[in-house]
Amino acid sequence: MAAEHARGAVAGSLPVLPARSRGGWRGRRLPVFPLTIIAVFVLAALFANVLSPADPGEQSLRQRFTPPVWDERGTWKHVLGTDRLGRDLLSRIIWGARVSLTAGVLTVLLASAFGAGVGLVAGYHGGRVDSVLMRITDATMSFPVILLALILAVTVGPSFVNVVVAIAVILWARYARVIRGQVLTLMELDFITQARIAGASARRIILRHLFPNTLNTLVVLITLQVGYVIIVEASLSFLGAGIPPPTPAWGSMIAEGRDFVTSAWWVSFIPGLAILLVVLAFNLLGDWLRDTLDPKLRQL
Amino acid sequence: MARFVFTRLVQSLAALAILSVVVFILARATGDPLHLILPMSASEEDYANARRYLGLDRPYVEQYLSFVGRALTGDFGTSLRARRPVGELIAQRLPNSLRLGAFAMTVSLLLAFPLGVLAAVWKGTGIDRAAQVIAVLGQSLPTFWVAIVLIEVVAGRLQWLPAGGIAGFASYILPGFTLGWFVVAGMMRLLRSGMLEVLDSEYVKLARVKGVVESRVVWVHALKNALIPVVTFAGIYFSILVTTAIVVETVFAWPGLGRLAYEAISSRDFPVIQAVVLTTAAIVAVVNLSVDCVYAFIDPRIRYGR
Repeated sequence: MAAEHARGAVAGSLPVLPARSRGGWRGRRLPVFPLTIIAVFVLAALFANVLSPADPGEQSLRQRFTPPVWDERGTWKHVLGTDRLGRDLLSRIIWGARVSLTAGVLTVLLASAFGAGVGLVAGYHGGRVDSVLMRITDATMSFPVILLALILAVTVGPSFVNVVVAIAVILWARYARVIRGQVLTLMELDFITQARIAGASARRIILRHLFPNTLNTLVVLITLQVGYVIIVEASLSFLGAGIPPPTPAWGSMIAEGRDFVTSAWWVSFIPGLAILLVVLAFNLLGDWLRDTLDPKLRQL
Repeated sequence: MARFVFTRLVQSLAALAILSVVVFILARATGDPLHLILPMSASEEDYANARRYLGLDRPYVEQYLSFVGRALTGDFGTSLRARRPVGELIAQRLPNSLRLGAFAMTVSLLLAFPLGVLAAVWKGTGIDRAAQVIAVLGQSLPTFWVAIVLIEVVAGRLQWLPAGGIAGFASYILPGFTLGWFVVAGMMRLLRSGMLEVLDSEYVKLARVKGVVESRVVWVHALKNALIPVVTFAGIYFSILVTTAIVVETVFAWPGLGRLAYEAISSRDFPVIQAVVLTTAAIVAVVNLSVDCVYAFIDPRIRYGR
């Protein structure tokens, strides 16, 4: 850990090049626990139609509130039990993984692409362009995500696309801030000056010289924010402003089970556990990536 | 310093003005509110009358300007649902939110400071690991789920604390704790990494060599500089706190601004939506402005740099 920091400090004054990241990977144990969890959920999401034991929307009122299999009244037919409409929870969790992971990854990719673009342009040009862009960034960053998402959801109607857009519209600002900071440091270095002298265009410098050097940070930030987005998406679905039913989304599953917590705790508890596991895995993986690729990065 | 504050103030006002336009447009786009207010049996004429009465028949620009004009004097119009002045509703709900926020913030600070500092000082020990677990859980647990579980276990099964609503100090504990956990997590991590960096620096070594007591080195010399990143992120914490508060207030039936926002949005109550968003944004702007000033004050590079 200490050696890691020391190397980061030295590397900070040099062009941040692959040499450093390769050095970082070597000798570090892979984070097995988070990778396994992510792999399990990604597989579940990809092959939901094959893996899920039942149709996630199939109702069977006769079998409503069947407890999970480890309970005396549980059956192997519904391993994780059923909800108030008798729908199979395991199947809904598996299909919900598809919704949550797609929303998380898509939102973060959109936000990071836009945010990194703004950060690169602001950092490269500096001066007035920079101060205008950064003011917009700050204003966006300080706006509560859920408030905007709620307004959008009610304005245009709750839908998958709206959730993704609403979160991305706010989230990009964090990327812009961090990437711009990095670009400012990079701009001081000789290789940018040399590229300029060699007659490289602004576009070329940004894409060929600045962008590759911010990739490490981007990868770390993207990983760390997937979890955050999954939580925000779940909160929105919970409030009824996210992905509308009957699509199985973890957040709305928790909301649906809320009134029955006392008699049928599993309906709310199990989707919550799924969110916790996925988000925890992404956060742990993100932490590991940060320690490996970009130990000096500071974020929430 | 005065110039710095002035520039920031103008920028905040400009941001608020832009936001008010956006909110106004969005609020109009949520569909006709009259469908929700008037009974099913209302005639065309009833609709026209109601529209004229509420001023919804005038051009949008005019509606906006009169909205801004009145908003500046604290008059946000009448709630379409509650049929009461919006200003009154806000004045009634805001203090509850502020109290809950203040409570959550106090709890967070009391937990995050000792944990963050001690985790850095005793790096790699049990305390450090416990702190890391608290932090990573705080950032991975969905707030509304924590709220439901707490209500079921602590309020329901154990009957230790009230499940919701606002009645005395006991009712602050569950929502305050739920609200504070996420903030504790982020703040603690920043403090820990800041402390680790600072404890390794030359001036701290010098202080030690000079014979300053270790506790003073840690809590005075080092903490002062480790605080800078925490202050930088204070504005973001605050907006996260506001965001989380909407969920927490909704689950705990807390009569605050967040719950008001949720209710207003689900019933398309334009005037209330506008007022809540603008009030929140104004509070966030004031907090950010103060943070910037504090930041510029403790770190002179900012004052002269930009």
